[in-house]
Amino acid sequence: MTTTIIWTIAIITLLGVVLAVVLYLVAKKFKVEEDPRIDEVEKVMPGANCGGCGFAGCRAFAQSCVEAMNLDSNFCPVGGNDVMKKVAAVLGLEVKEKAPMVAVVRCNGTCANRPKTSEYDGYQSCKVKAALYSGDTGCFYGCLGCGDCVAACQFGAISMDPETGLPVVDEEKCTACGACVKACPKRIIELRNKGPKNRRVFVSCVNMEKGAVARKSCKAACIGCGKCEKACPFGAIKVEHNVAYIDFEKCRLCRKCVVECPTGAIHDVNFPTPAVKPAPKPAAPAQVATPAAPAPKPAETAAPAAEKPVAPVKGTEKEVEPEKKSEE
Amino acid sequence: MKTFSIGGVHPDDKKISAGSKIEVLPVPKTVYISMAQHLGGPAKAIVAPGDRVKTGQVIGEPTGFISAYVHSSVTGTVKSVGLRKDLAGIQVIHVEIETEPDEWAEGIDTSDTLVTEIPQDRQFIIDRIKNNGVVGLGGATFPTHVKLCPPPDKKAECLILNGAECEPYLTSDYRIMLEKTRQIVVGAALMKKVLGVSKAVIGIEENKPEAIKAMSAAVAELQKVSQDYSGIEVQTLKKKYPQGGEKQLIDAVMHRQVKSMGLPIDVGAVVQNVATSLAVYDAVQKNMPLISNTLTVTGDCLPADRQKNYLFRIGYPLSYIAGYNGGVPAEAVKIISGGPMMGKAVSNLDAATLKGSSSILYMTQEQTARKPESNCIRCGKCAEACPMGLEPFLLNKLARNGMMEDLEANAVQDCIECGCCLYSCPANIPLLDVIRVAKGEVIRAMRARTAPKK
Repeated sequence: MTTTIIWTIAIITLLGVVLAVVLYLVAKKFKVEEDPRIDEVEKVMPGANCGGCGFAGCRAFAQSCVEAMNLDSNFCPVGGNDVMKKVAAVLGLEVKEKAPMVAVVRCNGTCANRPKTSEYDGYQSCKVKAALYSGDTGCFYGCLGCGDCVAACQFGAISMDPETGLPVVDEEKCTACGACVKACPKRIIELRNKGPKNRRVFVSCVNMEKGAVARKSCKAACIGCGKCEKACPFGAIKVEHNVAYIDFEKCRLCRKCVVECPTGAIHDVNFPTPAVKPAPKPAAPAQVATPAAPAPKPAETAAPAAEKPVAPVKGTEKEVEPEKKSEE
Repeated sequence: MKTFSIGGVHPDDKKISAGSKIEVLPVPKTVYISMAQHLGGPAKAIVAPGDRVKTGQVIGEPTGFISAYVHSSVTGTVKSVGLRKDLAGIQVIHVEIETEPDEWAEGIDTSDTLVTEIPQDRQFIIDRIKNNGVVGLGGATFPTHVKLCPPPDKKAECLILNGAECEPYLTSDYRIMLEKTRQIVVGAALMKKVLGVSKAVIGIEENKPEAIKAMSAAVAELQKVSQDYSGIEVQTLKKKYPQGGEKQLIDAVMHRQVKSMGLPIDVGAVVQNVATSLAVYDAVQKNMPLISNTLTVTGDCLPADRQKNYLFRIGYPLSYIAGYNGGVPAEAVKIISGGPMMGKAVSNLDAATLKGSSSILYMTQEQTARKPESNCIRCGKCAEACPMGLEPFLLNKLARNGMMEDLEANAVQDCIECGCCLYSCPANIPLLDVIRVAKGEVIRAMRARTAPKK
């Protein structure tokens, strides 16, 4: 009995030792040489594995950085400049500082601005809804409000505002990874320059329909009148396909466009005082607007339009026409 | 009795409007004729505002191999050519025509006389079908002349006429089988001639005994007249949804299965709807373009005397037809164009009717409201119901996690969007909604992969 036990222990031990040697030799022979810097780079990464950089995860990003040995085409949107500086330090490289970005929802089709034309009772997903029909409002281009962007955000930075029915981006939490941009079937969300002191000016509409049609479906739609284009002293605004777009690289935040816009489609956020028209009108009381509250803001700028809703629209349209022709 | 072999469900057939004879709708003041009434490239409008058009005149030309002519369904003056919302609210080019009393374009035979003599020139038949804008009226609106000209390496063996009308509520095919019986049989003989096949089967579900009787009698009668009608037979099919699906009907009639991503012609079959057959008859024998079709107005909340089958011309706004019928009933919360299983909810009632419009179906809150979704318990009812032999519960999981390769490996691209899975799910999981989107993405990915190789 005892001998059996002893023999068993002896054989198992011997087997263990032999196999350990074999494993050691195999490991030596087939060792994969990996750049140790990959591990080092990975350590300084945020570790969110969000894929915002375009790679499968933080390690894949680190590997690509080490292999390429330059950081021109690689950028971690989550970590931003801080992380990129650390990565550069590890690899002994230089890195160009990038302006911080933030996700911007370019739709102001709140429940008040954009009345519903039908009731959607299908599966609550923007992707599914977009594949079925134009949406439950008159605007084909606007936010569908099912919150695909909210579900896509790994950082809890987007939430739906039940009052407006539109998503709201929390600037503090947003890392500009771009997941929401990809999730939105209507391509409403855009990554834009965060701006100095988080101040930004952008067109909160992507409706490409002609002015009258766009205006009919949504009070706050960009009607492509081109007033802002003319007002902009820096040539940052372009009206294409009946919708204005502000190039944030060129925009100097003078906000001349904000006061010009007849529908209040151009939003300015985080400015200490509301935009003021140079001479005629005195400003409304100062108010710090957060991106969560763009809704009350346009009310001021849209006020002249709201008083006589039809006439100004027509006027602006007439103004547009020669310009459009010249564009063509 | 024959039926397809895999899956299927048995919804209540609710053919409430079956007894109502086809009524001709009067022409409204304005019609809006869409340029995208068929699968493939939308037609290009060849009229301008101010032009005067006659009934049956070409107003839209095809823009590719898979495309079709569009004809004016009325006489009148073109008011505008521009974007207008279709029933899903999507902007499509429409030609707006202010109507006048009918003046038919030249060469169109508007008489009722039945022409049974089959032209012997195959090309003549195809040209007439093409020039008169005939498209498949079973739902997909695929241009008929393309379907009737299979590639030279494929050989058709059997023409199948789809008279199953397996969707609940719809009765337009049933009514034309009763009222335009002989024309349908002549249409079948014409298509048989083009394809050069000896056999044609008209498949009708058992819940339409009068149609089976009438069609059989018409076939027997015409077979006495000419040799061209030999080989046509009527086959009774067991009632099961989706019998009218192309691949399901081939399985039921010929016991052959079309392989994944294959076409019916791969197994020697060509399937056409009975309404298409009628359109082919009109196009070839009467030189009449496809400008009218039959549409059912029905629903549980509609009084019995307003359950109707109407002969409409393309371009009539749905709201006009609903108004003529007495307005939308108060209980209706959803209006569907097409059957309740595969039809599309109408978000814009002002949309114009198309060649393929088949119904205005009113649904009540009770019938359409979605019940809260709960967890999948792997009961397998969806897999049992799927007529394509797929596993919807699995596809749903894969789709929600964006696993594209696995979706393709599990044949999501073969889904025919019949809705059997959704219908049978006890947990009310929106299976089809999720799968349909995934299917589109997978097919796009497959096309993208094969494209650069060329």
